[in-house]
Amino acid sequence: MDTFSLLAQGFAVALTPTTLALAVAGCIIGTMVGALPGLGPSNGVAILIPLAFSLGLDATEALILMTSVYYGAMYGGRISSILLNIPGDEPALMTTLDGYPMAKAGRASDALVLSGVASFVGAMLATIGLMFLAPMLARVAYLFGPSEYFALYLLAFSTLGGIASDNQRKAALAACIGLGIAMIGLDNSTGMGRFTGGNLHLMDGVDFLVAIVGLFAVSEVFIFIESHGRSSAIGVKLDAITVPVKDIVRSFGTMLRASLVGFVAGILPGAGASLGSFLAYMGEKAWVRDNSQFGHGDPRGVAAPEAGNNAAAGGALVPMLTLGVPGSGTTAVLLALLMTLNITPGPLLFTERPEVVWGLMAALLIANIVLLILNVPMVRIFVKVLSVPPWILLPGVCMVSFVGIYSLSGSYFDLVLMIVFGLLGYFLRKLNVPTVPIILGILLGNHMEDSLRRAMVISGGDWKYLFQSGIAIGFWVAAITGFIAPVFLRRFLKKPQAHTT
Amino acid sequence: MSDRLFGLVVLIASVAYFMAAANIPTGFLVDPLGPKVFPRLVSAIAALCALLILIKPDAEPDWPDLGTWFRLLLALLVLIAYAYTLKPLGFLIPTAVAAGVLSFQIHARPLPALLTGIGLSVGLFILFRFVLGLSLFAVPRSWMGG
Repeated sequence: MDTFSLLAQGFAVALTPTTLALAVAGCIIGTMVGALPGLGPSNGVAILIPLAFSLGLDATEALILMTSVYYGAMYGGRISSILLNIPGDEPALMTTLDGYPMAKAGRASDALVLSGVASFVGAMLATIGLMFLAPMLARVAYLFGPSEYFALYLLAFSTLGGIASDNQRKAALAACIGLGIAMIGLDNSTGMGRFTGGNLHLMDGVDFLVAIVGLFAVSEVFIFIESHGRSSAIGVKLDAITVPVKDIVRSFGTMLRASLVGFVAGILPGAGASLGSFLAYMGEKAWVRDNSQFGHGDPRGVAAPEAGNNAAAGGALVPMLTLGVPGSGTTAVLLALLMTLNITPGPLLFTERPEVVWGLMAALLIANIVLLILNVPMVRIFVKVLSVPPWILLPGVCMVSFVGIYSLSGSYFDLVLMIVFGLLGYFLRKLNVPTVPIILGILLGNHMEDSLRRAMVISGGDWKYLFQSGIAIGFWVAAITGFIAPVFLRRFLKKPQAHTT
Repeated sequence: MSDRLFGLVVLIASVAYFMAAANIPTGFLVDPLGPKVFPRLVSAIAALCALLILIKPDAEPDWPDLGTWFRLLLALLVLIAYAYTLKPLGFLIPTAVAAGVLSFQIHARPLPALLTGIGLSVGLFILFRFVLGLSLFAVPRSWMGG
């Protein structure tokens, strides 16, 4: 069947009243999550997953709700970047560079509308790209055997450690911590417990939702207690919402270029939206002839990172759905959702559960239109959300995390484990050890070991088998390059400093 | 210094992990690799990373002062207490206390913290119980004659 008839089937799934309502709710929650500093897309999605389960949603519905939140957070991050000079989430960091100067110059509403439109263009193009590229990649992924998958998992860890962090030793260590935690529990092939220390609770392994919520949400509470929540900057005022037609027309080419750059960056396993917005901004600055206004409120400097990060958000869904390898922290959380729903992402998902895949794609198209409406004419509502102070927000996030995990497992052990992960997350963040590789390690650990063991079964224990196919060798080379190259490129990849208020 | 200490702790932990892999029981049907090799591989790489961190530590992070450590410890104790009281004492009281204390730790003003605690407790209870339909108990079950 061709893409369009599959998509038509998808719309049949996505246009039912329940799913439509869930998509709209997800968009609203997501934009709020994105807008609020201190509540990024990863921890926003993470604390909502347990609640989605207790609502008793089926797989497609839960996935649509959560991806709407994910897309929404990507839109919402720009609001506080522009108005407060504080990125609402990490990918929105680049938007502060030109967004805040624009707002200070009295053009806050222009910047919000322009970035909203740029987000829409980026997200829409990426969703269309996802619809065409994902099935193609799924067909290629059929050719992957265990040795290819092993190399692919390695690639995800090494690009994540190489590009997304500034210290390879610590990123690699973080991945090992995650993999080590994943080993705890029953071994799939022998049926014996490993590293449980005789604790019965650990026989089932460490629930990755517990780890995610602990590392992302609970540790944030400790960080805020330390900083006294003193992030309250002086914001700029927002006048009447007008549409800056001239700026939109002038930066339309920027949006298209930035979407392409962002989409490609998003597809790379382990790279994600932050890299997408960064490359889109730097690329656009190098591309345009007159870049003297970049960093001083150039509208194109607002359009580029927003189109870039939203396109990357869509691009990151490609490897997540077709290969089961997430491209970013938030897609890792979405993968956790899929695994908890007993959906195994990969090529088989496209043939066996087309209603899930195409329902999701149709829902993403709908979500984009909803998000455009929410983020351009109705953006004022979300600006109000920014005035929620951290001393109400953070305790609230913490309580929601507890109730979510409690309603999921009902055990004290998991709640205490979540607190332990929160404490661990606090110390790791202080020591500049990235936490996303840990999550990825916990999620992928068993698959990675499994593919290695299956490869050894096929080859009878011959390690050379891992390097025998062209695809596998390609992944190994990419993995090693991705891990090492940033050491040399670091000088060029240095992030521009944000303005001080 | 912090990095050196961290590297040392991780090094010891990965050696212990490597040793612990020896105790993994192998089943009757064993694949060529078995259940021990991958964990050992992971712990070996972790040990290598820990060594590199020990040799080349980063700059000292900005640790909080003694008073802040005390507040963090208090928050930790409150969270643990919350985990254990959520079921026996019902939702409302533990949530109000925990949210209030956390709020006070972030922003040290008693009245807003008190209101935050009560507001979050009641608001979230209504949201969870009546909008999302979770089975939560407002107060200890014994109060309701159960």
